[in-house]
Amino acid sequence: MRYLPHTQEDITAMLQVTGNKSLEDLFSGIPESCRMTNDWQLPEPKTEWELNDHMQAIAQTMKVDQNFKVLIGAGSYHHHIPETVKALMSRSEFLTAYTPYQPEMAQGTLQGIFEYQTLTARLLGMDVVNASMYDGASALAEALLMGLRIGKKKTKVAVSAAIHPHYRATAAAYLCPTEFELIELPYLEDGRTDLSGLSDLEDVAAVALQSPNFFGVIEDLTGAGQVIHDQQALFITCFSEPLAYGLLKKPGDCGADIVCGEGQSFGLSRSFGGPGLGMFGCKQPFTRNLPGRLVGETTDLDGKRGYVLTLATREQHIRREKATSNICSNQGICAMTAGMYMASLGGTGLRELSRLNYDKTQYLKNALVARGARLFFEAPTFNEFVVEFPQDFQPAHQRLLEQNIVAGLELGGLYPKLKGRYLFGITETTSRQDMDKVADEVQS
Amino acid sequence: MKNRVGTSGLILDEPLLWEKGKKGRKGMSIPHSDVPSSPLDEELIGAPVDFPDLSEVDVVRHYTRLSQWNFGVDSGMYPLGSCTMKYNPKINEKQAATPQFAAAHPMLDDQYSQGVLQIMYELQNHLADITGLDAVSLQPAAGAHGELTGMLIFNAYHQGHHSKRTKILIPDTAHGTNPASAALCGYRSIPVKSNENGMLDASDVSELMDEETAGIMITNPNTLGLFEGQVRQIAEIVHAKGGLVYGDGANMNAVLGVADMKKCGVDVLHLNLHKTFSTPHGGGGPGAGPVCVTKELEPFLPVPRAYKDGDLYRLELDRKESIGRVHGFHGNFGVLVRAYSYILSMGAEGLLRASQLAVLNANYIREQLKDVFHLPYPQPCMHECVFSDQLQKDYKVTTLDMAKRLIDYGFHPPTIYFPLIVHGAIMIEPTETECKEDIDQFIATMKEIAREAREEPDKVRNAPQLSKVRRLDEVHAARCPCLIGTCTPPEQ
Amino acid sequence: MKELNELNIPEDLGYTEDHEWAQQTGETIKIGVSDYAQDQLGDIVFAELPAVGDTFNKGDEFGTLESVKAVSELYIPMSGEIVAINEELDDAPELVNEDPYKNWMIEIKPSATEEYDQLLSASAYMDLLKG
Repeated sequence: MRYLPHTQEDITAMLQVTGNKSLEDLFSGIPESCRMTNDWQLPEPKTEWELNDHMQAIAQTMKVDQNFKVLIGAGSYHHHIPETVKALMSRSEFLTAYTPYQPEMAQGTLQGIFEYQTLTARLLGMDVVNASMYDGASALAEALLMGLRIGKKKTKVAVSAAIHPHYRATAAAYLCPTEFELIELPYLEDGRTDLSGLSDLEDVAAVALQSPNFFGVIEDLTGAGQVIHDQQALFITCFSEPLAYGLLKKPGDCGADIVCGEGQSFGLSRSFGGPGLGMFGCKQPFTRNLPGRLVGETTDLDGKRGYVLTLATREQHIRREKATSNICSNQGICAMTAGMYMASLGGTGLRELSRLNYDKTQYLKNALVARGARLFFEAPTFNEFVVEFPQDFQPAHQRLLEQNIVAGLELGGLYPKLKGRYLFGITETTSRQDMDKVADEVQS
Repeated sequence: MKNRVGTSGLILDEPLLWEKGKKGRKGMSIPHSDVPSSPLDEELIGAPVDFPDLSEVDVVRHYTRLSQWNFGVDSGMYPLGSCTMKYNPKINEKQAATPQFAAAHPMLDDQYSQGVLQIMYELQNHLADITGLDAVSLQPAAGAHGELTGMLIFNAYHQGHHSKRTKILIPDTAHGTNPASAALCGYRSIPVKSNENGMLDASDVSELMDEETAGIMITNPNTLGLFEGQVRQIAEIVHAKGGLVYGDGANMNAVLGVADMKKCGVDVLHLNLHKTFSTPHGGGGPGAGPVCVTKELEPFLPVPRAYKDGDLYRLELDRKESIGRVHGFHGNFGVLVRAYSYILSMGAEGLLRASQLAVLNANYIREQLKDVFHLPYPQPCMHECVFSDQLQKDYKVTTLDMAKRLIDYGFHPPTIYFPLIVHGAIMIEPTETECKEDIDQFIATMKEIAREAREEPDKVRNAPQLSKVRRLDEVHAARCPCLIGTCTPPEQ
Repeated sequence: MKELNELNIPEDLGYTEDHEWAQQTGETIKIGVSDYAQDQLGDIVFAELPAVGDTFNKGDEFGTLESVKAVSELYIPMSGEIVAINEELDDAPELVNEDPYKNWMIEIKPSATEEYDQLLSASAYMDLLKG
């Protein structure tokens, strides 16, 4: 096996030093009763070329492949990824390093993450951003737990029903063994969250809204923030499409105390839903309650600028059961990649790309409405929206599949009340011609 | 020392991103608009985001220079104990980037995504085989995430048995993630002391285990690199009181094909694909922490999971007793592809051989350094060995100093000051992919550092000297946290 | 780290086994940590203290001291209500390293003054450190 460098001669020489008769002899401390005796059903080891063939054969069974236009976001977005980002994130000095516990040998990772933290903080309007969580869903769960920690004796958290259903399910799983109560706030007819029930609730530590929400609708964050703060609760916002903040108001400027979400849009492929990264930030007073790693700036013995992991006393390896979270591995290289992507876009490019996503989405919206479809929610949207067709859309959906287009996500599985309505997601990768094809199918 | 790997070379400095660039530059291609501009309520529009504008060359040079300040497994030996820094095969990267997999959207009907589901299904089966357990969820995104999933399963299981349990047994050699994961489920950790041989005694567990205790979390081999020989008896004691056994599989690289986790009495086990199954650590992640369970606990596993229905691969979306979701989609799928690719490349024989050589390498180092560094638990080890700085105390040279001195010699330092039960611990895990010559060089270097500690201690205390930066002021970093780049103007 | 004979353990204070000290100043008690505690912890980077008005029972955790890689819980030597905290430590936690006695942490109004007499004397505390 080419990854294993030992020759028989090496093995013999080394066994002589360790005083063992054979390789098996090294395991004499393992009782017989614990031994593996099953025959594994693993195939024979494959050469590099056999493996390529095998994987290609599997890849060919993907009915919807890279040649399809998938007009769905729903938490996983198709954006162009520059070759530079792919090449740079593949550099093995970044890729094959561990967590930067020895800062003298990891300044590349550390400065890169510090830059990621800074750019993400600027994007979200936060004072502090950590070095990443697993994904948007677990980030929301951690944000709610953080809200409960800060809220001390409070026992409830509330989340909007317009938050990605998988994020809510994850939060529910995290909170299940605790005494805390997770309350769902309904959405209004226009697609925004209904906060009117909030005033009847007591002991609410935090309220979470997603914007743009699962329906693509831009929430009135400023208004919501006031209502939530009037209830003495923390205001959490989450997102699945960070590109929106290239155009829209930053959550931090709207009063959000904690912001979390999925950063896959920034330079990472969809890859069946992972790896992406959980972006996570907060306002300064809550820094010591943050979960996850943080990189900070300092100087070395010669006064030279450098970076280290810091405020580690919040974390599990020091505070164990009293840590702010159990997280250890994060999504390091994905955060680096997001940093590379943000650096490549720049402020000017970010606004341009964000605007383009909005304009394209509006184009499809208008084209569908012109052909008799109805926008299910009236509130403004960013790059996703929900639409209701005058007749059953399923046959048209099938016809479009034959033209290599996946025309939206039917919502009945996630929201039974929205059965028959479709959620569309449009990005800069969607061409006008493809959108015209979709619109034409509605008419026919 | 002759022929040392560590040497000085030209290092290029590089400012922070926002200290370079110029407004109006662009580092990537943005499509031309083929649609009219649409109005948007001014109220909703935010102020422009303050990102620096850089050209493509600016970005490429920036990150290339940063990468040159880093050390990875591809740079050299990285004997970081507990982290299994083995070689990350290049072919695995190629498989994960397969266009069909990279473009797979996670919300489509099963029939459109057969390939990715097949990989999940087969990987679930392979991991069940390899651990000896019955059912697998690939959803957890890292080891600690797997631990949390395991604790949620403990909780669901006990609730299903109408049994209120508030405590969990955790050995004093455990990783900090264990008590932190258990705490998320409301379990209070009860520490179990290891005996004078660094292992658990069934009699200690027997004394602590009661019907208010949910179970025990055991890392096996443990963090001293020793196989817990009484694990079966311990499991029987825990099971007899209605408890469950959690296996922290962080150290599975030591026992592939040798130990059967089900026979060890383990009910739930997580694997770290980024350790045992060769996927890259990426400077902190992503990892993957699949959870393997017995038949009895299968109903509680997170959904969705892949299964086979005739010729079709499908996702099981709903199961009544499932703990639900722990991830937005299917975990770190790209990492799963890499591990799948590794398993197929190695085969059963290769995996067994990997463990044998990992254990051989560790014992070879232990044997050669045991007279130079204090070895608190002198018996043969599994995949890692733990020394301490006790013999260097008289020269006022610490573990930290010696770790930093290794940097000058071109090695990544081992894990230090862990496990906590060894004062000044130096935890060395060479892994199987290091060849004898490199290990000999490492051993010679460690001996040289021990000599320096004795004869030229200042050299060790002032290390490293050859790295881009010298020791950093962590006290200042924590006292006056500067976590985003606005607090100090760049120095000229 | 300091040798035992290098430690400064003032005579006029009461001590706990958890290395806090208490000093009677009229109606109130000032509380801090001993020279031994600050020396063991090393460079202190953060002090987390309670709010004025909080009440504690003897032995309750009232805050934490953090160094870069360790956290030390603080346990109150006497029951009572917090009447003042040393706000200087917010910006300069290192003052505790410089002089752990001048730089107290909290001031309480004791609810059971007799608890003071149960504290260790300087010599008893020194004996404890000697083991």
